[in-house]
Amino acid sequence: MSAVEIRNVGKIFNVGSSNQVDALVDVDLSIASGEFVSLIGPSGCGKSTLLRLVANLLEPTSGDIAVNGKSPKQARLDQDYGMAFQQSGLFDWRSVAKNIELPLELKGWDKAKRRKRAIEMLELVKLADFAEHFPWQLSGGMQQRVAIARALAVHPQLLLMDEPFGALDEMTREHMQGELLSICRRTGSTVIFVTHSIPEAVYLSNRVVVMSPRPGRITKIVDVNIEGERTDATRDNAAFFAGITAVREALRGVEMTAHVRGIEDR
Amino acid sequence: MSSRAASIARSALPPAVFGVGFIALWELVVKGFDLKPYFLAPPSKIWQKFTENFDLIWGATKVSGTNALVGLLVGTAFGIVMSLVLSRYRVLSDLVTPLAIALNAIPIFVLVAVLNNMFAITSEVPRRIMVTLVVYFIVLVNVARGLTQVSSTHVELMRSYAASEVAILRKVRVPNAVPYLFTALKIAAPASVITAFVSEYFGGSQNGLGSRIASNIANSKNAVAWAYVLGACLLGLTFYVISSLLEGAATPGGGSKRAKKSR
Amino acid sequence: MTATVTTPQRTSALQRRLRRVVLFVVSLLLVAVVWEVYKAIGPADGGKIFGWKLLPRSNDNAMPHVWEMLSRYADPELRGSSRAIWRVVLAGAWFSFRLALVGFFIGTVLGLLLAILMARFKVAERGILPYLVVSQTVPLIALAPLVVSWGGKLEIFGWEWPRWLSASVLGGFLAFFPVAVGGLRGLTSPPAASVELMNSYAASWTQTLFKLRFPSAVPFIVPALKLAASSAVIGVVVAEISTGLKGGIGRLIIEYAREATSDPAKVFTAVFGAALLGLAMSGFVTLADIYMMRNRPKEATT
Repeated sequence: MSAVEIRNVGKIFNVGSSNQVDALVDVDLSIASGEFVSLIGPSGCGKSTLLRLVANLLEPTSGDIAVNGKSPKQARLDQDYGMAFQQSGLFDWRSVAKNIELPLELKGWDKAKRRKRAIEMLELVKLADFAEHFPWQLSGGMQQRVAIARALAVHPQLLLMDEPFGALDEMTREHMQGELLSICRRTGSTVIFVTHSIPEAVYLSNRVVVMSPRPGRITKIVDVNIEGERTDATRDNAAFFAGITAVREALRGVEMTAHVRGIEDR
Repeated sequence: MSSRAASIARSALPPAVFGVGFIALWELVVKGFDLKPYFLAPPSKIWQKFTENFDLIWGATKVSGTNALVGLLVGTAFGIVMSLVLSRYRVLSDLVTPLAIALNAIPIFVLVAVLNNMFAITSEVPRRIMVTLVVYFIVLVNVARGLTQVSSTHVELMRSYAASEVAILRKVRVPNAVPYLFTALKIAAPASVITAFVSEYFGGSQNGLGSRIASNIANSKNAVAWAYVLGACLLGLTFYVISSLLEGAATPGGGSKRAKKSR
Repeated sequence: MTATVTTPQRTSALQRRLRRVVLFVVSLLLVAVVWEVYKAIGPADGGKIFGWKLLPRSNDNAMPHVWEMLSRYADPELRGSSRAIWRVVLAGAWFSFRLALVGFFIGTVLGLLLAILMARFKVAERGILPYLVVSQTVPLIALAPLVVSWGGKLEIFGWEWPRWLSASVLGGFLAFFPVAVGGLRGLTSPPAASVELMNSYAASWTQTLFKLRFPSAVPFIVPALKLAASSAVIGVVVAEISTGLKGGIGRLIIEYAREATSDPAKVFTAVFGAALLGLAMSGFVTLADIYMMRNRPKEATT
């Protein structure tokens, strides 16, 4: 059974009014368990919308979505996924450890169990020494690591990430990509990752889903054929560059068609 | 229905419904429980007394309103001038700010008792001084904040242009402070009215709304007193509405309402 | 990767507070100097400036010397009485302080409840908020007798409404407004991303209220509490005056003001007592402020 099944999904905002937007049209995607899939495309292509549909933060106008065989709503109620955003979204008034405990508190876990899981997560992201610090005392990269630790706290099988490294500098970004992959290897999670960066998408994923706007839809799915575990050396690998070229061309195809149609692509 | 009309209706309908409902309930409770007038007067009787005594009420409103307005204008003027001075000479600011903070905590209207002694018994000046003081501090605190809490990027930019402190003041600090001034006015306008009333309780001239309310209450003429209260509320509301409109006119794009609310 | 960690600087905060206190004392001395200077050069019977009768009288009856005001504290309250006036004023201030404290709590609880209601239902905000603003313009002097007479009729299980509670309720009536407004702003302040986060955890509105909205509201509620404290003091003092409540500082001010022609320094003693009352309430709230904001990053000004 696939981890996430998206069938014929459409999403229209402001139905019937003058500013109606076809955010997504006819989206079909099947994601296997343990797979790492990136969504990439220009602004307005619907990648964040698609992510939020899977997360049940939005309802589709048409089509269905199944997460682990359940409806997205049930998956959300059962806390089957963890989510990370571009802003770390940590609560300033809670210590790092208590931030990670937040979803566990909401699930009604008792204090000792929560603390144990929080420490475990901090060790996973290598921030165990900062358990009692506050978010504003940490750097951007560290805050994102805490956010990822929080997303993983419930040991979800599915990770949904919306440009989590977008606000970080290039070096921190590459480092975090490596960390994320090693965490995913250990936990075996399925990941849907939204990004603007081609190298990031290729480095992290098994498949890169290229999307285009107006209306939002999938244009092409690129298979990334990199052998073996991904390390820093992978960034100099021929297969890596081939993947980048493939994705770039797919995105250019998006641009070309947009120009042919005479639409300004922004 | 056009969306603009719909949004006006959405804003105006709930308070209108609530207000009408409240007054209706009030009338019903008084009539239904047959409450004695000294206990609570019904809205119908208050309205009757209001129309009967309208000239007197209007006269008293003018007295209190003038006191409030004079204090508001003078206090705002002093507050603006002082905040400009303080932003320029930080040493003075360190001296004046603790005093301002302390005075904010104290019920300074009690000074009226002292001021009444220093002026003639029929003078309205003590009340006006009181309102001026209250307004002055409100305006001072807010405008000073607006002048100093400026984006450091903007200040750095001006310094890179070798701009003088006065130029920075004119081009960066003052525009930044304008929304703060109007926030201050929104607070100061009702405060000036309330202070004008409260200043009248300590003796002195008895021509304003505050003293009239007090004397009617003392004579157990509740309905008449509440007719004056209605006048007082209308005065306060007028000041508040005018200051809100001024804020809307002077800060296009929303000013204080810029941050979007999450529910 | 090196970690960048900042620790809050406690010593300089204490130094800053100390400096503020010292400067405050200096500014008080300056006010006293200005007072005496005016006394020396101002017209004894008041005068005109630019044609307006703006200058106050500077004779000893209208404006006693500063040292007269201070020395008055040691003298007895009434001729023939044995109690020194500072005792009387202090007792009055303490009485009013306790009333104001109760009013402050009443107002804070009421304000927070209203804030929650208005945050939850936009209809409630639209319907009630305008009236909350108008309610503050209703002169307390009209409400005071209402509260007193209603309270007089109230009896629950043999417990009778004490007269002082009316004054506290009126203090609460003024105090609730800043808390309701500040609370509403604070409860609706969390960014949409944080609310989305809570939704992704399938958290109920109540859970979101306690875990996200309340903590986010603290920086808004703290300045509101300062306003509420001074409003409670104002409400209590005005209530004491309009209901004739004995024992508080409001009553003392009125009484001494009546004797101002024969004993000009007396009223100042009560006025300073009222000032002390206000400062005490403000100090109390500042302690609460420090506690509530203890783990938050400090604000910066240019």
